[in-house]
Amino acid sequence: MSEWLENHLPKVVLAPSFIAVLIFVYGFIGWTAWVSLTRSKLLPKYEIKGFIQYERLFDSPRWDTAINNLYIFGALFIVIAMVLGLLLAILLDQKIRVEGAIRTIYLYPMALSMIVTGTAWKWILNPGLGIEAMVQGWGFPNFEFDWLVNPDYAIYTIVLAAIWQSSGFVMALFLAGLRSVDGEIIKAAQVDGIPTWRIYTAIIIPSMAPIFLSAFIVLAHLAIKSFDLVIALTGGGPGYATDMPATYMYAMAFSRGDIGQAASSAMIMMLVVFAIVVPYLYSELRAKND
Amino acid sequence: MTDLSMPQTRTQSAMGKIALRWLLYVLLGLFALYYLMPLFVMLTTSLKSLEEIRTGSLMSLPREVSLDAWKTAWSGACTGIQCEGLRPYFWNSVLIAVPAVAISTLLGALNGYVVAQWRFKGANIIFSLMLFGCFIPFQVVLLPMARLLGIMGIAGTIPGLIFVHVIYGLGFTTLFFRNYYVTIPAELTKAARVDGAGFLRIFWSIFLPLSLPIIVVTVIWQFTQIWNDFLFGVSFSQAGTQPVTVALNNIVNSTTGVKEYNVDMAAAIIAGLPTLLVYVVAGKYFIRGLTAGSVKG
Amino acid sequence: MKRFALSAVSTLAVVAGTSVIAEPQAEVLHWWTSGGEAKSVAVLQEEFASNGGTWTDMPVAGGGGDAAMTALRARVLAGNAPTAVQLKGPAIQEWYEEGVLADISNVAEAEGWADVLPASIAGHMMCEGTWCAAPVNVHRIDWIWANADVLAANGIEMPTTWEEFNAAAEKLQAAGVIPLAHGGQAWQDATVFEAVALGLGGPEFYQKAFVDLDPEALTSDTMVQVFDQMRTLRGYVDENFSGRDWNLATAMVMNGEAAFQIMGDWAKGEFLAAGKKPGEDFLCASTPGDGYLYNVDSFAMFDVEGDDKRAGQELLAKLIVAPNFQEVFNLNKGSIPARTDVALDAFDICAQISAEDMGSTSAGGSLLPSYAHGMALRGAQAGAITDVVTAHFNSDMSSADAVQQLADAVANSY
Repeated sequence: MSEWLENHLPKVVLAPSFIAVLIFVYGFIGWTAWVSLTRSKLLPKYEIKGFIQYERLFDSPRWDTAINNLYIFGALFIVIAMVLGLLLAILLDQKIRVEGAIRTIYLYPMALSMIVTGTAWKWILNPGLGIEAMVQGWGFPNFEFDWLVNPDYAIYTIVLAAIWQSSGFVMALFLAGLRSVDGEIIKAAQVDGIPTWRIYTAIIIPSMAPIFLSAFIVLAHLAIKSFDLVIALTGGGPGYATDMPATYMYAMAFSRGDIGQAASSAMIMMLVVFAIVVPYLYSELRAKND
Repeated sequence: MTDLSMPQTRTQSAMGKIALRWLLYVLLGLFALYYLMPLFVMLTTSLKSLEEIRTGSLMSLPREVSLDAWKTAWSGACTGIQCEGLRPYFWNSVLIAVPAVAISTLLGALNGYVVAQWRFKGANIIFSLMLFGCFIPFQVVLLPMARLLGIMGIAGTIPGLIFVHVIYGLGFTTLFFRNYYVTIPAELTKAARVDGAGFLRIFWSIFLPLSLPIIVVTVIWQFTQIWNDFLFGVSFSQAGTQPVTVALNNIVNSTTGVKEYNVDMAAAIIAGLPTLLVYVVAGKYFIRGLTAGSVKG
Repeated sequence: MKRFALSAVSTLAVVAGTSVIAEPQAEVLHWWTSGGEAKSVAVLQEEFASNGGTWTDMPVAGGGGDAAMTALRARVLAGNAPTAVQLKGPAIQEWYEEGVLADISNVAEAEGWADVLPASIAGHMMCEGTWCAAPVNVHRIDWIWANADVLAANGIEMPTTWEEFNAAAEKLQAAGVIPLAHGGQAWQDATVFEAVALGLGGPEFYQKAFVDLDPEALTSDTMVQVFDQMRTLRGYVDENFSGRDWNLATAMVMNGEAAFQIMGDWAKGEFLAAGKKPGEDFLCASTPGDGYLYNVDSFAMFDVEGDDKRAGQELLAKLIVAPNFQEVFNLNKGSIPARTDVALDAFDICAQISAEDMGSTSAGGSLLPSYAHGMALRGAQAGAITDVVTAHFNSDMSSADAVQQLADAVANSY
């Protein structure tokens, strides 16, 4: 008996977590899929009515905007945050005297809830209150920075604030990566007289491939879940120009009492996640098995 | 250490080197400004009087520094009919965050240990299924979770909130520990088993002592997530168990009341202090922890 | 049967003003969390306590109650519903249909609510012939607020038609004053929109379009005109209106930066808080046109277990509609009492206008529910309309397109 236990202990230890995930992640996804096929309004109902919610979803111009915004936001946010994070990590890795302080400054936005930093950003980006007014006050009356109030550009202010919040974390990931690159190889390259930028592009950055993937996963997860940020910064406006799938879903489920519609939008969101994460997991785990 | 500021050739002039150095500091400084700007706005606003906020520029320094807003935010602001500020809710958040962080970290360590070192058939599948759990939008789980919490009899309670945070923290904590333990040679486990050590003993006396850096990383991540959580806090609490983010939201987000921006900003900073503190104090270990292997895929 | 007997007994107890059966208990979910709002709720809590009740406060602010509704849904699904919940408009009936509301008819009948509430407001409190909610106040939505000095300096009277308003706005714009202070948030756009629709189309049109959702009214020429006027108004707001909080817009009127604001009467609280006097520093009038758009806050009682909680519900319902609370609460909140028999001597001039208009429009059938504030339609339909209104106001969509989208969105919202 105790031998059996000893042999199966790893599985026994993993089992509760696994069962919890099966129920609370996959069970709930299944539940959502079911509800998305019903006409649930205020509270969930379980009588299947077909794909009507998906038809409504694809007929909604607001959902189109939300999905487009997710693509724009997701792509810009992930790419810029990674590039900026990498750049900052490289800059910080040059034996900077006050590295600790600067690193903390870059990292702190992750610690604050967007419920309120959103208000500060709203003021900063508002043309009449923030940067535009300030620069004009310095004697540049033609300076314009009105993205926040321009329906075509407002989504970029969300990108700006999101990068502010997360790029420090990416910087930390890359900094850690730079610190764990084998110093001997670099010394050898330096002795060979290879220029600095070549050392970075040819040796250091390629060796950090796993970090790019980790950073990508963290950022993609933040992009898809971005909710607080939009609510606090623009509330989805001007109009619904900065609506995102997460905010769309929340509005449908909780302020409009249209749970069936919310569930269908959640399923589409989850498909997008699936399309991004599964290839990653596949490549990750295949590499491990080789 | 990839220190490239060392002169690798003698051709670079000393002048050029100094100029580059200056450029580097200027760049770092400019980025620091970008990151500090919102904090600056929040801090200065919290020190101004409401009158000054109404009439003056939002980006300017306060004409008269006043700490009244901070006092109000901590112990006087109304979050409903009770006007006790954030203080009572702070304790709720501690009661939720501390056990939730501890439990999810411990479970993550055990899971990561199993997945990385005791691979059995299907372990990878199980791991990737758990990892996918990181990506489920939380809005999706609110309603079914509410129903289940009700069935379990812990709806609206602090244990209920701890439970929810542990469940949805498992994906990330397992990922962190798994990626860390994967870098520890499997030979170590094998040798220990030959010596007769069991599963738990190996974990307890070999892996756990090695894990300090990754524990720091996981604790920081989990603490930030749980402390700043609003959605679960607002949905699964009831009177008396609401966390500090819900109280903050009650102060900040009134629709038809008079808005006191200075109190809002002070409240925001107070609510964020524990996480800020964690980042400042543990920031160094954070990088070290990440360096120590968690990011090596 | 047993339950009926119990509630009958506890009604008797409430009517007698004592609570011998059980200590009244109430956990109250609401979203009045700040300043004047919170003080107003505290009045209720004190009365509740002085009648022997124990009040547990469960405030959740944000998004005009969105966050509170999220919490409510989770609580109801968990089988752990709060005792009393701030709930309004058709949402009351929606929750009733889910079978989770308690019946408070015995209190309402004992207290004679039907005699003291205007019929259309009483209608919102009834579910299939029983009383299921208690009204707290009446906010008027179709208000226009103005800076008295700015109007005087430019020789402008409060406009009584939308043409007059447009003429005044042109004049102000020429004089370098922002004519309309506005915050570009969806609900604020909708607030202006419904005031314009009521003014240009009249009460009957409003009723057809925003209460009955009559497709003909939604696609009518009148609706095109309403959107045209919205486009005109868009020209009268400053460039930085997007996302602005309503109270910052009010501050612009206060400072004389802007002349007018169209907003519900909570804006008055902001003026008063800054020490401004109604009639002297700032002016209030109903927006051009006939009718009265109301937003009635109310509390619904949820089906809960336990005699102490049921006693709490009945005591709470009784106190909410009682004259004393209606007066004190509304003095704090800037609104007017829902019951018509409260003396208004203590109220300011704006509140008195509001009460008088409520009486006359109630008699004339033009006392109408505000769609923008969730009184006229269910969430899905109201939201669908607001989506179009805010998209039109914040882009260069033509009025014809907007009307088409409006009809489509409403059709797609069921």
